[in-house]
Amino acid sequence: MDAFNSLMDGFGTALTPVNLLWAALGVLLGTAIGVLPGIGPAMAVALLLPVTYGLEPIGAFIMFAGIYYGAMFGGSTTSILLNTPGESAAVVAAMEGNPMAKAGRGAQALAAAAIGHFAGGLIGTILLVALAPTVAELAVDIGAPDYFAIMVLAFIAVTSVLGSSRIRGLASLLIGLTLGLVGLDQMTGQQRLTFGSLQLADGIDVVIVAVGLFAIGEALWVAAHLRRSPGEPIPVGRPWLGRADVRRTWKSWLRGPLIGFPFGAIPAGGAEIPTFLSYATEKRLSKHPDDWGKGAIEGVAGPESAASASAAGTLVSMLTLGLPTTAVAAVMLAAFQQYGIQPGPLLFEREPELVWGLIASLFVGMVLLLALNLPLAPVWAKLLRIPRPYLYAGILFFAAVGAYAVGGEVIDLVTLLIIGLIGFGMRRYGLLVLPAVIGVILGPNAEQQLRRALQISDGSVTGLVNTPFAVTVYAVTALLLIWPLLRKLATRGRERERAKA
Amino acid sequence: MTTPTTDVSPTPPTPPTPSDARRSWLREHSELGVCVLLLALGALVLTDALTMDVDITQRGPVGPKTVPIVVGIGLLVIAALLAVDVLRGGRGEAEGGEDIDLSEPADWRTVLLLAGVFLGSAILIEPLGFPVAGALLFWGAAFALGSRRIDRDPLIAAVLSLTTYAVFNNLLGVPLPGGPLMGVL
Repeated sequence: MDAFNSLMDGFGTALTPVNLLWAALGVLLGTAIGVLPGIGPAMAVALLLPVTYGLEPIGAFIMFAGIYYGAMFGGSTTSILLNTPGESAAVVAAMEGNPMAKAGRGAQALAAAAIGHFAGGLIGTILLVALAPTVAELAVDIGAPDYFAIMVLAFIAVTSVLGSSRIRGLASLLIGLTLGLVGLDQMTGQQRLTFGSLQLADGIDVVIVAVGLFAIGEALWVAAHLRRSPGEPIPVGRPWLGRADVRRTWKSWLRGPLIGFPFGAIPAGGAEIPTFLSYATEKRLSKHPDDWGKGAIEGVAGPESAASASAAGTLVSMLTLGLPTTAVAAVMLAAFQQYGIQPGPLLFEREPELVWGLIASLFVGMVLLLALNLPLAPVWAKLLRIPRPYLYAGILFFAAVGAYAVGGEVIDLVTLLIIGLIGFGMRRYGLLVLPAVIGVILGPNAEQQLRRALQISDGSVTGLVNTPFAVTVYAVTALLLIWPLLRKLATRGRERERAKA
Repeated sequence: MTTPTTDVSPTPPTPPTPSDARRSWLREHSELGVCVLLLALGALVLTDALTMDVDITQRGPVGPKTVPIVVGIGLLVIAALLAVDVLRGGRGEAEGGEDIDLSEPADWRTVLLLAGVFLGSAILIEPLGFPVAGALLFWGAAFALGSRRIDRDPLIAAVLSLTTYAVFNNLLGVPLPGGPLMGVL
C-alpha cells in the first residue's frame, strides 16, 4: 500500500499544470521525433539535454520520459507506412504492419500498434510501481563493491549482448572509457590526458560526447549515404479497429508485456529481442497462420505492446540501480548527473517527489499519447515527407546549440565536431555507439567505486567480492561472458550426435 | 584524432596493375586503420599514465594511474585482436537506417562540406552572434545536403535561428551571444 500512497503523491506532482504541460510537450516531441526518419529516441533525448540547464529536474525528467514513450509510439508509424525501420525495436512492426498498409489496412495496423503501446506501457508501468520500491529496498544497503560489480555487468552486457562482434563492442567501450578519463582525477586532482590544456582539465562534458556521437555522427553518416529518393509513405486515414480485429488482438496486447518487461529490465539490448520473441510467440499461437507475412494484425499488436513494456522495465533498472540498459536510459542517466542526482536505491528515499512524479507522469503520458495519436495519425504521417536536407541540417543546428549552451565556449563546438567524426568512423566500421556512451557516463563513477572499495579493504582484492550481492552480479556477468562458448559447445555436441546417428 | 575512412573513395576502373592490387587490398582492409588508431590511442593513454608524477596526494592502494594503465593495455590488446579478426576476413557492419543507402559509395564531398560549414559557423558565433551564425549553419548545411531553394532556405534558417535564440535566451535562461544584430534590434 506504501507504493500506492507514494504513487498518489506522485500524481499530485504530475498533474500540476506545469508538469502536465511538460508531459504533453514530451509526448508530442517524442512522437514527432519517432516518426521523423533518422532520429531515434536516444538522439532526441541527447539533443534536449541542454534544456536541463534551464529547467527544474522534475519537469525535465517528465519531458524525457514522455519523449521515450512517444518515440516508441512514433517509430512504429514509420515502419508501418514506410517499411524502412530505423530503430531496431521497430523492425518487427514493419514485418506485418507494412503488408497491412499496402493492403489498405494501414488504419487498422496503426490502431493495433497504438493500443498495443498503450496496453504494454500501462501494464509495464504498473509492474514498475509494484517492483521498483522492492528492488530499491533490497538494494539499499549496497556499497562500493556492489556498485562496481553492477557497472562491470553493464560494461560486459553492453559489449557482448548487443551487436555482432564482441571485439568491436569492447573497442567502442574502451574509446568511451578513454574519453571519460580526460580531466582531473576526482579523488586526487591529478591531471590525466589533459596535455597541459586548461580546457581539457575540466574533462569532456557528457552532453558533448552524447550529442557528438548520437547526433553529429549520425547526421554525417547519413549525409555520406543519403538515399537519393526517399520512400513514399502509404497514405492513411484515421486509425480504427473493427470488432473482429479486437477479438484477434486483445490477447496479443496482454501477452506482449510479459515478454517485454523482463527483457527491458536486464541489460539485453532493450526492445530488440523481446519484440522478435513476441512476434515468434504470436505467430505460433495464431489461429490464422495463413495471414503471416501478408499482414497479420497480431504480429503488430503483440510486439508493439512488448516494446512499450520493455521501456518500463528499463526504467526499473535505471531508477533503482543506476544501471542503464538502453541508449535512452544511458542519456537519461547523464541528465541525472547534470543535476548532481545519483540514481540508485537511495533515489527513492532522497527524491521521492521526483521519482514518483516521474512514474505518475508515465501514466499521464500514455493517456495523452492514446488520445493524441489516434486522431492525429494522418498529421504525423505528413512528417514523413519532410525534405531530408532540412531534417539533417536541423539536427546539426540543434546539436550545435546544445554543445554551445554547455559553457558558451567555441572550443566545445570543435570538440563536438571531432567526437562527431569519431562517431562517423564508428558507424562506418561497425563499432556500436552505445558502449562508448556507457563508458563515458559510467567509467569515472566505476573507477571511484573501485578505489573506494579497495580503500576500505586496504588494497585486498577480496574487498571487491565480500558481499553476496557483488558475488551474484559477478556470477551473472561470468554467465554472459561464457554464454556464446556454451552455445557453441552445445551445437557442436548436437552435431556430433547427429554425425554418430 | 580523425576518422580512418579516407581510403575508401571510389577509383575509376583501370586495368589491374601491382599497385592497383595493393590499393584494392588496402581498400578492402581499410578497417586496419581502426586498429592503428586504437593502437595509437592505447600508446597515448599508457604514456600519459606512466609519465604521471603522482605525489603524496595518493590515498589508498589504487592511485590515479591504475585505471588508465588498465584502459591503455586494453586498447593495445583490442587493437591486436581486431587486426587478427580483420585479416581473417572479419568485417565491421556499416550501420543502416531509414535514409541510408549503403549500395552507393560514400559521398565524401558532402561530409567535408558539412564539417566545413559547422566549423565556419563555430568561428563566426562570437563576432556575429548566435542568430546570424546559427542561420548560416542551417542554410549552409541544407545547401551541402542538396537543397537549392534560394527563396525558402534562408527564410527557414533565419526563423529557426531567431526562435531558438529567443527560447534559450529568454525562456530557458541559457544565455547565447546576441551579436551586433541583437544590439540593433
